[in-house]
Amino acid sequence: MTLEVMLKTMGIGMLRTGGIFCLTLLGSLPLGMIVALLRKSRIKPVQWVIKIYISIMRGTPLMLQLLVWYFGPYYLFDLPIKGWRYPAIILGFVLNYAAYFAEIYRGGIESMSVGQYEAAQVLGYTKTQTFMKIILPQVIKTILPSVTNEVITLVKDTSLAFTLAYQEVFSLAKQISASQTSFIPFVVAGIFYYVANYAVAFVMERIEKALDYYQ
Amino acid sequence: MHILDIQNIRKSFGDNEVLKDISLTVDRGEVVSIIGPSGSGKSTLLRCATLLETMDSGTLRYMDEDVAFMDENDKLVYTKDLKKVRGYFGLVFQNFNLFPHYSVLKNVMDAPVHVQKRKPREVKEEALALLETMGLADRADAYPCQLSGGQKQRVSIVRALTMNPEILFFDEPTSALDPELTGEVLKVIKQLAEQSMTMVIVTHEMAFAHSISDRVIFMDGGVIVEQGTPQELFEGTKKDRTRQFLQNYKR
Repeated sequence: MTLEVMLKTMGIGMLRTGGIFCLTLLGSLPLGMIVALLRKSRIKPVQWVIKIYISIMRGTPLMLQLLVWYFGPYYLFDLPIKGWRYPAIILGFVLNYAAYFAEIYRGGIESMSVGQYEAAQVLGYTKTQTFMKIILPQVIKTILPSVTNEVITLVKDTSLAFTLAYQEVFSLAKQISASQTSFIPFVVAGIFYYVANYAVAFVMERIEKALDYYQ
Repeated sequence: MHILDIQNIRKSFGDNEVLKDISLTVDRGEVVSIIGPSGSGKSTLLRCATLLETMDSGTLRYMDEDVAFMDENDKLVYTKDLKKVRGYFGLVFQNFNLFPHYSVLKNVMDAPVHVQKRKPREVKEEALALLETMGLADRADAYPCQLSGGQKQRVSIVRALTMNPEILFFDEPTSALDPELTGEVLKVIKQLAEQSMTMVIVTHEMAFAHSISDRVIFMDGGVIVEQGTPQELFEGTKKDRTRQFLQNYKR
């Protein structure tokens, strides 16, 4: 296998890794907000369910969760496993990351001073307006560094998809390295993850700077 | 017609009865100061009047409209249309509570435009004019973090005024300010009094209360101990408790 072929093969893996990354963020960033708001729900059972969900997501390995999502429907409900690999991966990642984002959002929301809510109330803002216009923009600024951390972790965590034999960068690097008895695929994979995270950090820093106009 | 009419309100936090049967009316153009030691219930009274706290019993009326009243079963009910009621009053907080992510102008304009649905152009004109009279014309594009405490408080007064309230409440408007900055805020409030703005001011500034008020109320332990014109209250004090409080203040 020439270096060119190797890079091409791994390039496809990189796109797949990017796919997991994007879909996970697309799903978990908004879902996390819903979870965070449900956790503050007035209905007690809703609170309990959310607490248990977050606790399980944080208390068990993501790798195990992926296996459960993939094999669970097959073993427990006798559902066909064919074509279920990719949905199971995305489901596992989204639900896991939503739990972490929910906790970050919650911390951000709880750090807002009561005075902001009271000022908005006296001025006649509705609850939705207060949240969307006054609270949320400030929460986003507050939580940005924690979100950056989580996103960087996600870049690396995408490699866990190899557990379900999904051919993303990490799986391919392992395979090619074994078949070609070469160390190069590991180097390529390493550079890929590093550059991806460098880009993430760069973008997030720009966003943080853009929000630096107020304290 | 009274702008504000509060009758027999009571409010407890747990076992602690903070307001014990308080009644207070305010008429158009009147400036009422409320003084008293901390824990006397004056802030809670303001918070009940501005719907930030729900009272336990009593009646609350703005512009002769029922806001909270006792129904036939002697249970307290609040009117459904609280949004309309909130349009009648403005509140200036001790800690300003400006929105840090909005510029001065947006802080002032946002609620009139998005809550009262008024035309942005018209609101902007009014907002800029008000900022100008408050000496803030050059700060319209600044953010709250770039302002001094006194400027912040003046902006929050403009923010309340741009809603065109019938009555303006002040909850210790100078207590969070450095002593040398209180003057500029008090001057602005005085300016409003001269324009016959109806105001209720909770304050620890005795000289200010004396000079600005039509009526001064002394509260202690959740009741109104004494009230009257500044002359009556400060110079012709009748109650021992009031005298004792005022003496402590002179030091």
